[in-house]
Amino acid sequence: MGEPEKVQTLDDKQNWYWKKNIKFISFLLVIWFLVGLGGGVLFAAPLNEVPFFGVTLSFWIAQQGAILVFILLILSYAIRMDKLDREYYEKKDQ
Amino acid sequence: MSVEAITIIMVLITFGLYTGIGWWSRVKDTSSFYVAGQNVPTVANGAAIAADWMSAASFISMAGLVAFLGYDGTIYLMGWTGGYVLLALLLAPYLRKFGKFTVPDFIGDRFYSSSARTVAAIATIFISLTYISGQMRGVGIVFSRYLQVDIIIGVLIGMAIVGFFALLGGMKGITWTQATQYFVIIIAFLIPAIAISLQLTGNPVPQLALTGSDIVDRLTSIQIDLGMTEYMAPFTDLSMLNVFMITLALMAGTAGLPHVIVRFYTVKNVRAARWSAVWAIIFIALLYLTAPAVGAFAKYNLINTIADQPLEEVQNIDWVNKWETTGLLQFNDLNGDGIVNFSEGEADNEVVIDGDIIVLSTPEVANLAPFIIALVATGGLAAALSTASGLLITMSSAVSHDIYYRIFNKDASEKQRLRVGRITLLVALLIAAYVGINPPGFAGEVVALAFGLGAASLFPVILLGIFDKRMNKEGAIAGILTGLIFTLLMIGLILSESIFGTDGAILDSFFGINAQGVGVIGMALNFIVSFIVSRNTPAPPVEIQQLIENVRAPEVDSELEIAATTEDN
Repeated sequence: MGEPEKVQTLDDKQNWYWKKNIKFISFLLVIWFLVGLGGGVLFAAPLNEVPFFGVTLSFWIAQQGAILVFILLILSYAIRMDKLDREYYEKKDQ
Repeated sequence: MSVEAITIIMVLITFGLYTGIGWWSRVKDTSSFYVAGQNVPTVANGAAIAADWMSAASFISMAGLVAFLGYDGTIYLMGWTGGYVLLALLLAPYLRKFGKFTVPDFIGDRFYSSSARTVAAIATIFISLTYISGQMRGVGIVFSRYLQVDIIIGVLIGMAIVGFFALLGGMKGITWTQATQYFVIIIAFLIPAIAISLQLTGNPVPQLALTGSDIVDRLTSIQIDLGMTEYMAPFTDLSMLNVFMITLALMAGTAGLPHVIVRFYTVKNVRAARWSAVWAIIFIALLYLTAPAVGAFAKYNLINTIADQPLEEVQNIDWVNKWETTGLLQFNDLNGDGIVNFSEGEADNEVVIDGDIIVLSTPEVANLAPFIIALVATGGLAAALSTASGLLITMSSAVSHDIYYRIFNKDASEKQRLRVGRITLLVALLIAAYVGINPPGFAGEVVALAFGLGAASLFPVILLGIFDKRMNKEGAIAGILTGLIFTLLMIGLILSESIFGTDGAILDSFFGINAQGVGVIGMALNFIVSFIVSRNTPAPPVEIQQLIENVRAPEVDSELEIAATTEDN
């Protein structure tokens, strides 16, 4: 006996659900990286030249903005997945 | 009444409250032993997660760290909140779906191996121990200041109290106590922040005052006058590489913290896990968005109060005097001119200030009412206590459930497991107190090391366990060991001076990355090694692959199913 055979127990509908989930997570993580590690760290030097109210844009992102975006990411994931759950049950079996 | 007397009264009142609530929820929970917490609303669960997760480091140390690091303080602000995004999106829902009791449980079952379970349990214990010593130190500082005792006695008092609460609360019913502690923590943090914000800028919202007023500008200019670095400019205290690496290490480490992950096992279903995460991040952000404002205000007030003032006058200020006796604030008049010289240079700076006292001393520096000073002390204790109790229970379940019951004694009775759990708890407490008395840095740094280890060991393995169906036990064990050994070795070498007492550090840094950030390299090595090893060894057995598929499938939700079928008809 060599490799055990590949197992596929998810039906088409479940597979569709998992792929949608992965796609949405990837989208949110790209924003997570761009705002947090991008805006707050990698592009900090150029953004530090941009004034934002009393501080600079990168300072605001690093100490306030990124955290606000993180809340929105987790909130939109919970809302989107609730919707996906409903769509899953409403989707007619093919 | 003196500040000390008010503090003791407030501490006693809140401790009475926690004990009462712990008792009340414990009695109710006896009828539903294993489903404890499943009736808890997601909002309360979110508050409990927030309290569990916001430690003495978040409450006592973080604003102080930000005050001294300026812009670069973002490593803690973004690192600890950004990791929450990883936890909420990548781990929590699936671990809830998997439905076991501990993190080593998931790793042991998913990788069908007692060795994997043991390694995960050891990593859990190690991370939690590092983390709890930071809490003990936080408790010690509060007690030493407000009872005016030596910090060692402070730690010992803290140890006794934390131990009492953990043994009393036991394995169940701590959710409501922690939810209550959250509200004590947040009120204690927000009230002085609002008061100081009003005093300095006239704006009652600290977050808006930080960005909207000229306070950061003013702070930047007085810092430059004193020869310190520019507060608002990035990478003045840490290089960009280090800021990037440390932030990432704290993020991945947060997501892999066993005592936080465990909280998601107690919710009703996957949907509740997702919404608990939403509430938790909102509650956490309330403190994290305020901390940078507190840091800037505190630094500004502190500099204005002591810099370039006559030493004798400064030492006569009541709060200066009391912090001096704890040894956390020291003045050395190096040039003998009788004037306090406050700068960042080692040669001419005459003020030695421990970052951990920034938040606690802030209300006194700003001359706020004594009850606010007492409130802050009470909040610091709540933060340390709620986290320490979560950590102690996680450690004791790793030993009594994962190692003793699942590996050594499969026939152990509930009573035996409980006894092993309690003994573990006491031993852990003693070690934590020892490390709390002889710490390698301030509470924030001690905790940061725990995160590096979490990032390099648990986070990658859990992630691969869910998202890589082909990952097998050989890959996982090789990866976790590589990550853990590499990171421990590097931290040991870089911090050898304070850990082993060598003359200077054996290794300055790992290609420019310091001890706090080196966990990211450990994590990368973990991913690479586990990938290579798993692809060259047999695929996991059929039933394990089915298990993973099952974790990925949507949860059976009878309400939605009924709703959908009735619509169809």
